[in-house]
Amino acid sequence: MVNRIVTGAHYGLRDWLVQRVTAVVMALYAVVVVVILLLQPSFGYDTWAGLFSGNLMRTFSMLFLLSLFYHAWIGVRDIVMDYIKPASIRLTIHVLVILALVLYVIWSVQILWGL
Amino acid sequence: MKFKIYRYNPDVDSAPYMQDFELNMESGDAMLLDALMMLRKQDDSLGFRKSCREGVCGSDAMNINGRNGLACITSLSSLKQPIEIRPLPGLPVIRDLIVDMTQFFKQYHSIKPYLVNNDPPPETERLQSPKDRLELDGLYECILCGCCTTSCPSFWWNPDKFVGPAGLLQAYRFIADTRDQDTAARLDNLEDPYRLFRCHTIMNCADVCPKELNPTEAIGKIKDMMVKRAV
Repeated sequence: MVNRIVTGAHYGLRDWLVQRVTAVVMALYAVVVVVILLLQPSFGYDTWAGLFSGNLMRTFSMLFLLSLFYHAWIGVRDIVMDYIKPASIRLTIHVLVILALVLYVIWSVQILWGL
Repeated sequence: MKFKIYRYNPDVDSAPYMQDFELNMESGDAMLLDALMMLRKQDDSLGFRKSCREGVCGSDAMNINGRNGLACITSLSSLKQPIEIRPLPGLPVIRDLIVDMTQFFKQYHSIKPYLVNNDPPPETERLQSPKDRLELDGLYECILCGCCTTSCPSFWWNPDKFVGPAGLLQAYRFIADTRDQDTAARLDNLEDPYRLFRCHTIMNCADVCPKELNPTEAIGKIKDMMVKRAV
């Protein structure tokens, strides 16, 4: 393969947009959780366990975590694209990051639904 | 008046160094370029570019006390001493304050900085309504001095792939022009993780622009147009 500087992958818009949408989801979740916690008369293990026993809270938390992982993927990928120059190492890191994030998704489901 | 100026002559020096200068003058209304020209009388080996000396040509862009700007429209009285002058960051130094702008202009040319219109040319010029013409304000004034692009960390990391704020401002200047017929191809050309989406809205560009333009805003408008055509 010749060594040329190549650009023109024709993607990026969706990631840029997703990063913004996921940021809004995370901000909303943060506000909601803080408000709910402030509204609790007392705070202990029972409150915490009670809070996450409902499916609504679990689903919203899962949505937050999915947003976090997707957001993190784009951010980490951007950092790797800036600093790691050899394409082979870059691809390897990308794959490892994706695998780790998929693992986190599975782990999140296990935690939230107590599987 | 005290100065610390970046010196490097690759033919003679093994490494760049900072040289102290002193100038016996009152700052008054004088601009930094006036002082540099007096310093060159002291030491005629001091290299810097200048031409119009009134902020129109963009030749004397340099890093002044850590901030990119044009020497000819930076008043001496506004600067803290010793005034530290360095070449524009992120570009290869040819000598002293003179940098090699090849990469900068390569990126500029990559956005096709000219009107593309396939209609037969009219008898006179291609006219625009005053309203359409208004859309070019804040875009056409760019003098390509390079202050914004060389203050952008994304350009420092990827000067060969990221178009940079100046090039993207110019890209939007032609997208915004009602006489141009190449909008779709221009957007295609920029829809790339490196060429456009290296911009992370750090806004150094808008901060340093000596013509007070806002490349970040122009980049935002390009992204908005891409969203508009995608959704």
